[in-house]
Amino acid sequence: MNTFLERYSSTNAVSQLKRAQRLAEEEDEFTDSAWGSQAGYGQLMNGPPSFTVPNVPDPSSFLRLHTDDHADPNCRIKIQHGTTTLAFRFQGGVIVAVDSRATAGSYIASGTVKKVIEINPYLLGTMAGGAADCQYWETYLGMHCRLHELRNRERISVSAASKYLSNLVYSYKGMGLSMGTMICGWDKTGPAIFYVDSDGTRLKGDLFSVGSGSTFAYGVLDQGYRWDLTDAEAQELGRRSIYAAGHRDAFSGNTCNLYHVKENGWEFIANYDISKLHYDGPGDVAGSPGHGYGYGIRVQGRSSANPPEATAAA
Amino acid sequence: METSFAITGKGYVLMAADTTAARSIVKMKTDEDKIKTLSPHLLMAYSGEPGDTVQFAEYVERNIRLYQIRNVYALRPAAAASWIRRSLAESLRSRKPYSVNLLLGGYDTSSYNPQLFWIDYLGTMTEVPFAAHGYGAYFALSLLDRYHDPSASLEEGLDTLRRCIDEVSKRLVVTPGKYKVKIVDKDGVREIEL
Repeated sequence: MNTFLERYSSTNAVSQLKRAQRLAEEEDEFTDSAWGSQAGYGQLMNGPPSFTVPNVPDPSSFLRLHTDDHADPNCRIKIQHGTTTLAFRFQGGVIVAVDSRATAGSYIASGTVKKVIEINPYLLGTMAGGAADCQYWETYLGMHCRLHELRNRERISVSAASKYLSNLVYSYKGMGLSMGTMICGWDKTGPAIFYVDSDGTRLKGDLFSVGSGSTFAYGVLDQGYRWDLTDAEAQELGRRSIYAAGHRDAFSGNTCNLYHVKENGWEFIANYDISKLHYDGPGDVAGSPGHGYGYGIRVQGRSSANPPEATAAA
Repeated sequence: METSFAITGKGYVLMAADTTAARSIVKMKTDEDKIKTLSPHLLMAYSGEPGDTVQFAEYVERNIRLYQIRNVYALRPAAAASWIRRSLAESLRSRKPYSVNLLLGGYDTSSYNPQLFWIDYLGTMTEVPFAAHGYGAYFALSLLDRYHDPSASLEEGLDTLRRCIDEVSKRLVVTPGKYKVKIVDKDGVREIEL
């Protein structure tokens, strides 16, 4: 019965495998004739690109069943969640700073993730939530920003780019996308930051932090933030805030990537090891305090004891 | 959500706890004192399961007082903290544990040291230069990593405490509102207006 069913079912594993093999053979005919170049057609040969979805009545609930570790900590697919990202606007442009840790459950999957996505020389996107979702859709956003340039002979505004992204993710609402991103850049109106998330929220603002470590970053960021910060002070504040989150939040850490967006586009400042920031500080850079950020290092030698003078002398 | 902070400074421990007593989505009271004076040089801020908190705090208060009556001298902060922690740990292993989180601040008159202990309902205890419980901790701890000074004067300490409270009011969705602030130092315990 089972073999009979397999032969005539179009969705079982064996028949799908056979179909895939058949397709691969057909594809060979094309690629052989124009090996290495595909004669400039590449993807077009196979028709428009499409997503493979699980062959079940409701793919999005199927996905949630297997990825939602709040409901079921033993679920098979763990999506990267922990992160700290921040961006703020000030007199000298926009500072964007992020950590570089990727976690899957309690496992540190990587310590060298690029969480700032360079959309084009004037636009940066940050990555929090599903790593793949952010990377894919922000790259895709980059394509459309370029198309906008070609069609309209001017650069897309940060507002329009972020609106494009928010409309896009909103169209997928409820289907399991997970992203919390800040689209930062400089356009005709000056420096701008928009927060866009997979709920479809889009907010314009001066200061945002996103991710599991955001509260810790806010604690330092809010207290040190002023509009008239100098470039050096602003870069130091971004670094220091990511350090705070990397130190306090288990799902953030490893290194800090720092970007500064100015009138002529973004500039990558540096990558800092958070452990080094703790013990030695950022080194010989603008705004550096000249010692480690760590609490123990900062208050070394100071004490709360207050013995009376006589006792102190004795 | 309940929030409490405590910081040490030169010769003192400052404690702040919000003053709201909430049940479900309703604020039942806005001037509740959640910091108990356990002895002339000992303060305890408590938060957690409604009902458990006050019951446990009063149980501790009476026992610390009993010790003082029996022995003339009050327990030193570290000894009191150990006793309180053990009470919580034993309660955790009983049929109905107390769900209470504590901050214990004291001034040790023999070693001239202000001391602060962070204790949670599981019986975890640690001596720290600054501490926080509740959602406020998510904002205050990184801030205190950055701004706390163990040798700060009272005025500087109050400034740091104000920073914590301001930050939590700025960012936390369910802001606690008013706080009660108390200090313990060589002169004993007293309340401070922020």
